[in-house]
Amino acid sequence: MPQLLAIKGLHKSYGQTEVLKGVTCTLEQSDVVCVIGSSGSGKTTMLRCINMLEDFDDGTIEVDGQTIGYELRDGVRHRRRERDIARHRALTGMVFQQFNLFPHMTALDNITLGLIKAKKLTRPEAVAIAERWLDRVGLLSRKGHFPGQLSGGQQQRVAIARAVAMNPKLMLFDEVTSALDPELVNEVLQVIKDLAAEGMTMLLVTHEMRFAYEVATRVIFMNEGRIAEEGDPRKMFHAPATERLAEFLKNSSFH
Amino acid sequence: MTTSFAFLADMWTARFAILSGLGVTVLTSLLAIIAGSLVGVFVGLALTFGNRVTRIAARVYTDFVRGTPVLVLILASYYILGTVGLRLNAFQAGILALAVFCSSHIGEIVRGSLQAIPKGQAEAAKAIGLTFAQSFLYVLLPQAARQALPAWVNVAAEIVKASTLLSIIGVAELLLVTQQIIARNFMGLPFYFFAGFLYFLVNFGIERFGKYVERRLAISAR
Repeated sequence: MPQLLAIKGLHKSYGQTEVLKGVTCTLEQSDVVCVIGSSGSGKTTMLRCINMLEDFDDGTIEVDGQTIGYELRDGVRHRRRERDIARHRALTGMVFQQFNLFPHMTALDNITLGLIKAKKLTRPEAVAIAERWLDRVGLLSRKGHFPGQLSGGQQQRVAIARAVAMNPKLMLFDEVTSALDPELVNEVLQVIKDLAAEGMTMLLVTHEMRFAYEVATRVIFMNEGRIAEEGDPRKMFHAPATERLAEFLKNSSFH
Repeated sequence: MTTSFAFLADMWTARFAILSGLGVTVLTSLLAIIAGSLVGVFVGLALTFGNRVTRIAARVYTDFVRGTPVLVLILASYYILGTVGLRLNAFQAGILALAVFCSSHIGEIVRGSLQAIPKGQAEAAKAIGLTFAQSFLYVLLPQAARQALPAWVNVAAEIVKASTLLSIIGVAELLLVTQQIIARNFMGLPFYFFAGFLYFLVNFGIERFGKYVERRLAISAR
C-alpha cells in the first residue's frame, strides 16, 4: 500500500538554531498519528513544513505521492512555483491553535471561500458542501453567524469543517484545543474522533494525552528536533522505552 | 442691510463662477483621491510583501513624497515635468501632484493596516489553497480596508484642502474663483467666509460618507 505521507530526513533551522535534525516518518491511509513532546521539540514546525507554511532546508516530504515544496532541476534543489505550492496545500487540510477563521465572513462563507476560489466550484455546489459539513459539526443553525458571535469551541468546529470540506487526503491539527476553555475541549475532540472513526488520515500535534491514548493508532514522541520514540500508545504510555519519554509523561497530565 | 443685500446680489452675479469653482475642486480632489488610493494600495503591498528591491523602492518613494511640501510637488509637476518632455496642463499637473501625495499617505496606511492583521489569517488562507492574489483580495484587503477607513477619510479631507494650492498654477478651483470675484467687488470677508463654508460642506460630506461605509462594513460582535 502506498504511503500517504512520507517524510525523509527533514531538516530545518532558524538562523543558527536547528529545530528539525532529520525527521523521518510515514503515515498510511487512515492512520491517526499523535505527535507529542515538550515545547520547542519541533513538532509544530514539522507539521507546518508538510503544507509549506514553513520552508525547510533539507529532506523530502511526499503527500499522496507528490513531492511537496521543492523539486530537483539538474540536480539542484529549487523551491516550487507559488502556484504549485498552493495546489499541493490543497492535498492537506490544516486546523490551527488560534482557529484563524476569517472574521469578516460568516461561518458558511468561511467554508465556501476555498471551495469557490481554489476548487473553482460554483456557489450552489460550494454552499451544499459547506452546509453538509456544518451539519456534521453540529453548527448548521449558526451558518449565518460571524466568528465573533461564536464560542471558541464553535469557532474551532467551523475551522475543522472549513478544512475537511476541501476534501483533503490528510488532515493536520496543530494543538487545536490549546486555546480553548477546558469545558469546550471535548466538543472539538469529539468532532475529531468522529472523523478518525470514518477513516480520515490525520496527524495531530497535541497536549491531550488522554486523547492520544484513546484515539491514536500510533504516537510519535519528539525531543530536540528528532523522533525519540514512536509506536503503539498503550505500549509507549505504560512502558516508555526512553528515559526522556518517561520524564515527559510524568510531567504531563496523563496518569 | 445694504451690505448684506449687496453681498447677495454679487453672489447671484457670481453664482456660475462659484459653482464651476466648486466643481473643479470636487473633480480634482475626487480624481486625485481615486488615483492616489489605487496606487497607494500597490505601494502598501510593496512595502509589506515586496522583495528587497521593491520594498526599498516603495520606501524611498513614500519617504521622499511625504517629506516634500504639497506646494513643491505641484510646482514640480507643472514646471519641471515639462522640461523633461512630459508637458501637462495645469489641471493635469495638479491632479498628478495631488495623486502622488495621496498615494504615499495611503501606502503607509495600507502597510500599517496589513501588518495589523494577525499572521494566522494569511496562513489559514494559504492552508485552504488560495494563491497570494486570492488571499490578498478576499482575506487581507477586506480586513485592512476596515482598519484603514478612518485614516483614509483624513487623507481624503487633506487632499480637498490641498487642492486650494492648485490656484497657484492657475487651476480655476474654488479658492482662485473666489479671489477673482473679490478682486472685482472687494467684498473679501463674506466671500472668503462663503468659500470656507463650501470647503467645510465637502469635507463634512466625506466624513459622513466614511462613517456610513464604516457602519456598513462593521464586523458584528468582533
